Amino acid sequence: MVMIDKIKFKLLSPKMIQNMSAISITTSDVYDADAYPVEGGVMDTRMGVIDPGIRCKTCGGRSGECQGHFGDIELAKPVYNIIYIKYIKTFLTYTCNSCGAMLVDKDKIGTEKSISKLAVPKTCPSCSEPVEKIKFERPMSFKKGNHVITPEEAREQFEKIPDEDVKALGFSGGRPEWMILTILPVPSITTRPSITLTSGERSEDDLTHKLVDIVRINQRLLNNLEIGAPEFILDDLWELLQYHVSTYFNNELSGVPPARHRSGRQLKTLSQRLKSKDGRFRHNLTGKRVNFSARTVISPDPMISVNEVGIPEAIARELTIPIRATKDNIDDLKACIMKGPDVKDGANYVIRPDGLKKKIIDLNKEYIMNEFSEGYIIEKHISDGDIVLFNRQPSLHKMSLMAHRVKVLPYKTFRLNLTVCTPYNADFDGDEMNVHVPQTAEARAEAEQLMLVEQNIRSPRFGGPIIGGVQDFISGGYLITKEGTVVSKELASQLLFKVGVMPELKKESYTGKELFSFILPKGLDVEYQSNVCRKCNKCKKEKCDNDAYVKVVDGQFISGVIDKNAIAPFKGEILDKIDLDYGHREAVIFLERVTRLATEYLMYRGFTISVSEEDISDAVKKEINKFVDEHFMKVYALIDDFKNGKIEVQPGLTPDETLEGLILGELYEVVNKSQNLIAKEAKENDALIMAKTGARGSIQNLTFMAGIIGPETVQGHRIFRGYKGRTLPHYKKGDLSAEAHGFVRSCYKKGLSPTEFFFEAMKGREGIMDSSLKTRISGYMQRRLVNALQDIIVAKDHSARDSIGGVIQFVAGEDGIDPAKSDGGKLLNI
Amino acid sequence: MKDEEIIDHVLVPKHKILDKKEIETVCKKYGITVKDLPKILKDDPAVKMLGAKPGDVVSIERISSTSGISVYYRTVI
Repeated sequence: MVMIDKIKFKLLSPKMIQNMSAISITTSDVYDADAYPVEGGVMDTRMGVIDPGIRCKTCGGRSGECQGHFGDIELAKPVYNIIYIKYIKTFLTYTCNSCGAMLVDKDKIGTEKSISKLAVPKTCPSCSEPVEKIKFERPMSFKKGNHVITPEEAREQFEKIPDEDVKALGFSGGRPEWMILTILPVPSITTRPSITLTSGERSEDDLTHKLVDIVRINQRLLNNLEIGAPEFILDDLWELLQYHVSTYFNNELSGVPPARHRSGRQLKTLSQRLKSKDGRFRHNLTGKRVNFSARTVISPDPMISVNEVGIPEAIARELTIPIRATKDNIDDLKACIMKGPDVKDGANYVIRPDGLKKKIIDLNKEYIMNEFSEGYIIEKHISDGDIVLFNRQPSLHKMSLMAHRVKVLPYKTFRLNLTVCTPYNADFDGDEMNVHVPQTAEARAEAEQLMLVEQNIRSPRFGGPIIGGVQDFISGGYLITKEGTVVSKELASQLLFKVGVMPELKKESYTGKELFSFILPKGLDVEYQSNVCRKCNKCKKEKCDNDAYVKVVDGQFISGVIDKNAIAPFKGEILDKIDLDYGHREAVIFLERVTRLATEYLMYRGFTISVSEEDISDAVKKEINKFVDEHFMKVYALIDDFKNGKIEVQPGLTPDETLEGLILGELYEVVNKSQNLIAKEAKENDALIMAKTGARGSIQNLTFMAGIIGPETVQGHRIFRGYKGRTLPHYKKGDLSAEAHGFVRSCYKKGLSPTEFFFEAMKGREGIMDSSLKTRISGYMQRRLVNALQDIIVAKDHSARDSIGGVIQFVAGEDGIDPAKSDGGKLLNI
Repeated sequence: MKDEEIIDHVLVPKHKILDKKEIETVCKKYGITVKDLPKILKDDPAVKMLGAKPGDVVSIERISSTSGISVYYRTVI
């Protein structure tokens, strides 16, 4: 076998273009009156065929066999190849236009200075002709003084440049005169196929349109040359030819009006075919459409396993896995065939050992089953327990694509366990996800061992769990384990049955903590401070007044409550500990039990919030008003100080900035004090439970709803935009007070005044702009990083290597630790 | 700061020129030749301090929070 060692791209010489050309195009007519391609036109069948049945005139191949042949257009006068215009400039500048010798010292190039820094002498060092400065006139002409250098003159000059000089100028793509086109290659018809519309009308490819333009102008120029037309007509036509050839290569040149279709649409010419997201590379080569995949809307199902994905029946009947019949599985496979293509767990195709593929239909399934024997391959529907890959875009980390076990379910959406929402960053407001079916046993085994959800509990980003209980699971866990929860024997057995744990219940009633102990693994010991912890100066440990210190001894829940710090992604201490000490399998089992127990208990107890939960007592309201008045007075005092020049200017700031900083500090203090007050005074209701346990929302959200919103800021400053000297016409010019610059005294429940609403909208708009800009910028940054780093791997000797085996790090990550198998990035203590 | 002081600064990791035998050990361990090693410019301040010449290999001992000291090798170009 021949190994390709390297590929070198070079310019095509006019001779090569002529040699590879099957036909020279001489007429701008495309089809004749009978709609047959004109000989010598751009659709001449000697350049290949696309219609079935017709044979290629060059090679005799049919459509599909003949890959097409190049043609050529002999240009009446040479034109610059716009893609190389920069190199053309280099050669024009650094070589003599009379003798072709290099004007600068070739030994100096690349060693001492870059070529652009070398001075061009006044006269040619070899022929002593005076050298005039070359001016590049955008987009595609050169001037020497007032004289326009024609491509013909440039070509003449380039022909005189010796090969060594070409090399010395850093050009390795062939002869420089080849950058000036005298003959243009015409791509085959297969490169630019025409489409026949349903009306029978033919629609030509953009490249064909462009080529017709080139041929037409070329012919006109040729005729005018023959009849000896006046110079200015020739120059105009020549320029037009240059324009058409340039836009044929690239239709997005700056300073050149793009060539347009009759409808006004821009033509998609050669460069545009390759470039950017919709170009050949990113659209057709790096990314392709794939078989054995499905996409639909996702919805939640807390009852399926973390490792499972619910696949709609209709999709399961379409996606298949090839399985070879052996004496061990042949009976099962025959049953699949008998079920046929339209029944769940059936099969769609059978492939005979000789390679013939037969579609199973209800009419022939018995015949196929009788013929079916060992060595046959059957394309069986995916069914419960099969491995599939599940993905949600944007695929930002490896957990965006994980392997799940199939569970075929009714209805039309993919179902997933809520604990895997975090790694996929999924929600159910209409999100869609993709499924891919690995086709070989090796791929399935690899997916199962490396990509199964349970293998990805620990994120390599921070060495902790990225899968865990969210939202209601946390509130539910808290309500079960909090002090005072007692369940009867009946309820306990009911809940535990739903969870799938059935211990012998000896007592008549159980506390929530006892109930929870049933689902903890035996021998588990953990101690940590939960999310409800108030961070007292001295921790009283398990004697905590808020029951915030979690202590688990030998799988018995002694004190504390379940909340964000127990089971949530990123934080869950208990989950983390079980995963480290008992393994992924046990962690998944625990997670499924917790989530089911929490949901069942929540359904029994009920969990809801209403507007009345944002009620605060009159005393608290009064207190908040007092804070506002108090700090407003301080703000007025600051403004007075500022006006009297008594303010102490902070280093690095102007007096204005100092004042703003101080005012903003005072105003934030109002919100902080109100927030602390509400946290202290509010009675425990469902909204507060969610905020305290970290299930959803925060005390700040509650403060905004029930208490006060406080200062509105845009880009970290109070609001100053609007009219000259004031934000809104409701205020006096130069008013620096809190209200005039966006202090919102109301809360959401009370409602905002019109001016407050205006300020709030300004802040809200900033938030929306920020998030959309951030995702765009960080998305592109991510893309660049991934492209730069994607082929760096950890080698067998634990060193990080690039694709050619060069060492990037001698020990991967400097410590050789796989963070996905570590405890928060630290080595596991075994 | 004077050039001589650079190498004593706490944030500058310890640089050392390897002798022939050490280079051979390193190259053998990773199955590479000297020119495959990561590179460092000859006018890098630390290299200038050591007086290393192009072709020399310097070892750099970096302090790492997870592995104590991690050694890196770079060839001077």
